[in-house]
Amino acid sequence: MFDALTQKFNDAFKKLTNKGVLTQSNIQASLKEVKMALLEADVNYRVVGAFLRSVQKRALGKEVMGSLSPAQQFIKIVSDELTQMMGGSNHGLLRSPSSPTVVMMVGLQGSGKTTTAAKLARMLKKDGKKVLLASADIYRPAAIEQLKVLAKDLEIDCFDSNPQMTAEGIAQLAKEQASRGLFDYLILDTAGRLQIDEELMNELGHIKGLIDLTEILFVADAMTGQEAVNVASSFHEKLGITGFILTKMDGDARGGAALSIRAITGQPVKFIGVGEKSDQLEPFYPDRIASRILGMGDLVGLIEKAQQHINLADAKKMEQKLRQNDFTLTDFREQLHQIKKMGNIGDLMKMIPGVGAKMPAGQEVDTGQLSRVEAIIDSMTLAERENPGTINGSRKLRVAKGSGTDVSDVNRLLKNFAQMKKMMKKFSSMGGKKSMRAMQGMMGGPGGFGPFGGA
Amino acid sequence: MFFNKKKREDKKRLAAEIRQSKDKATGLAQEFEAKRQELAQNQGPLSKELKGTQSTPTGLLAGLKKGLAKTRSIFSGSILALASGELVDNEFLEELEERLLSADLGVATSLKVIDHLKGQLKLGQIKTQAEAITSLKALVAGILDLGDPHLPLAQSGPTVYLFVGVNGVGKTTSIGKLAAQLKGQGKKVLVAAGDTFRAAAIEQLAHWCEKVGVDCLAKPQNSDPSAVLYEAAQKAQNEGYDVLLCDTSGRLHNKKNLMDELAKMERSLQKVLPEAPHAALLVLDANTGQNAIMQAKEFREVVALTGLVVTKLDGTAKGGVIIGIVNEFELPVYFIGVGERVEDLQPFVPHLFAESLLS
Repeated sequence: MFDALTQKFNDAFKKLTNKGVLTQSNIQASLKEVKMALLEADVNYRVVGAFLRSVQKRALGKEVMGSLSPAQQFIKIVSDELTQMMGGSNHGLLRSPSSPTVVMMVGLQGSGKTTTAAKLARMLKKDGKKVLLASADIYRPAAIEQLKVLAKDLEIDCFDSNPQMTAEGIAQLAKEQASRGLFDYLILDTAGRLQIDEELMNELGHIKGLIDLTEILFVADAMTGQEAVNVASSFHEKLGITGFILTKMDGDARGGAALSIRAITGQPVKFIGVGEKSDQLEPFYPDRIASRILGMGDLVGLIEKAQQHINLADAKKMEQKLRQNDFTLTDFREQLHQIKKMGNIGDLMKMIPGVGAKMPAGQEVDTGQLSRVEAIIDSMTLAERENPGTINGSRKLRVAKGSGTDVSDVNRLLKNFAQMKKMMKKFSSMGGKKSMRAMQGMMGGPGGFGPFGGA
Repeated sequence: MFFNKKKREDKKRLAAEIRQSKDKATGLAQEFEAKRQELAQNQGPLSKELKGTQSTPTGLLAGLKKGLAKTRSIFSGSILALASGELVDNEFLEELEERLLSADLGVATSLKVIDHLKGQLKLGQIKTQAEAITSLKALVAGILDLGDPHLPLAQSGPTVYLFVGVNGVGKTTSIGKLAAQLKGQGKKVLVAAGDTFRAAAIEQLAHWCEKVGVDCLAKPQNSDPSAVLYEAAQKAQNEGYDVLLCDTSGRLHNKKNLMDELAKMERSLQKVLPEAPHAALLVLDANTGQNAIMQAKEFREVVALTGLVVTKLDGTAKGGVIIGIVNEFELPVYFIGVGERVEDLQPFVPHLFAESLLS
């Protein structure tokens, strides 16, 4: 997400590294670089202009602090501006004073409204809220069916609409059902439509007139080009959008739409869709993403991810084992599982400050490597995992065959694991916290993950 | 000519030219920026409002909004100017560049186009603004015209078309429309429901097939899509179908596993019909910005792309990014989608597209 943009910003800032003071002339090259990067990232060119003007103004103004280097100053200014442009701090979902809170999803065709509606419902359900989903998409074949299937999978109630009803009727009846059933939220999916399709835009207007809508969320594809701004502002003018959701942020689009939509309409981006699975919806944190763009990493996000997926008690137990140096391949396999649970390794690496920028754009971390290591360990007997020393030539051959790898892969794993244990022995004498940190460095370093690095 | 299709032979020279023109353009952009600010100053009350509020974020936003409204009126005013007999000047070229950028041509392609015009201007081939516009349209149409606009057909046996693309671009809808058109031409059409991932994607396709009266081969959700295509190819061959249209799940081009799955699907087709697919079509959403280039590049690595389908051109998006794609990858556009009806999947006409680019 935003990788390429980060790369370009870093290039621009490199030019600043050795300059003594920020001046009109020495920031020009960087500004130009930023401009090109933003335009290539599909940020609307009007927004780019305004952004550069305010960056320049602040860079040359009195906000420059003496304790920072010029490059740091410039980065801070660009980062602050970027954050500000993307909406300051995070905005959650609004809540209506009287239940149900009705959330309507609107947007162009294919932006991901239905999928996002289900993701949002899941998120609310996880928070202990009672949610009703309803599809008012009577136009696209099987759109209603799609939402019903998603709702069923997630065990969330879904209003029983059908294409013979009107969208307005569905909205009203769903609202009644939500009120009667004491639901906290009603999420209303609507058909994709063009902002210039007056008839369909009026349909949304009617729904807005009929029932009390707390949120009207515009769902926008992160890959959208220059037109994002016009589409969003039309929807906003006609309906009064309360926020945006950006979908398909797990692609490699630079996501300029995120920057421009917010700037032009003044409404916040509330969530981002980061995958096809129903739990892949995240709150939008402008500051985090701004720092990500600037290659400063997203440690807060990484820590949150770790907290969500890693069991604290397990981690404690693991630390204990590390300290006593009876860390075996069984434990290592367990750890691999936990790392994998946190998501794509490549995405995680990008969250680590300093690493994101160093990773070549478009290059994917080979997650297959993790699976291979797992397969190798899985092909060992329990006794072998506890005591890798017993693995002789014929055992290696068996393990390699069982895991579909070569003996050399097995050798490499065993060798690296032995080295890791040796290092841990050294660290364990340093005492608790330090050893943990050293371990983390080893696991998370850009070069490799413990015993299978450099493979 | 600047947009030589065989330009790969001369990549270095091109790169140098691009660098030069980039420098030029940034210079111009600065100039333009200054002019625009001047303009804003002259606007009186508006500029006061801008100045008064710019320090706060909301003020900046408000200013931007007003600015946008203003540029809209500048633009609509300039449409008249664009057709005029006035001489081409820098201001005109800058405005043209902005319009190209706003049509999603991207920085590099926009600059190439503008440079081409500047070259013609120097040589005296064009003088007036109207001539420049005509030249620009001809240039764009020329780039987009890669010759024979007909989809390849199988020498014998069923012709197989594979539709690929990222999520939500309109693959299923395009297939539904094409199936109807082919049936209208008297062809025996089979549609394979290769999107076994998205909820109700199969139902969506089945609904289309039922509506237009063609056969659909589907397996339950979460089946192996390669197996669906394999069976469909067998059925098409054994039962004498003329055309097999293969739907696939939308997939982001940076997801390696999903792209590998697509390659496998192609191989499965080839096990039955070695020449298949006779066309692999990348479906692009006209709303997509510069990322479409990455999409074309990545999908091309995995399947042998034959050409493009550009959907949702009935909206306000111009889809200018395809100019760079067609030029770089030599992929012709076969169809455009301009609406929800069956007949709204139309053959692509380069000069009409060029015409609408600036409208």
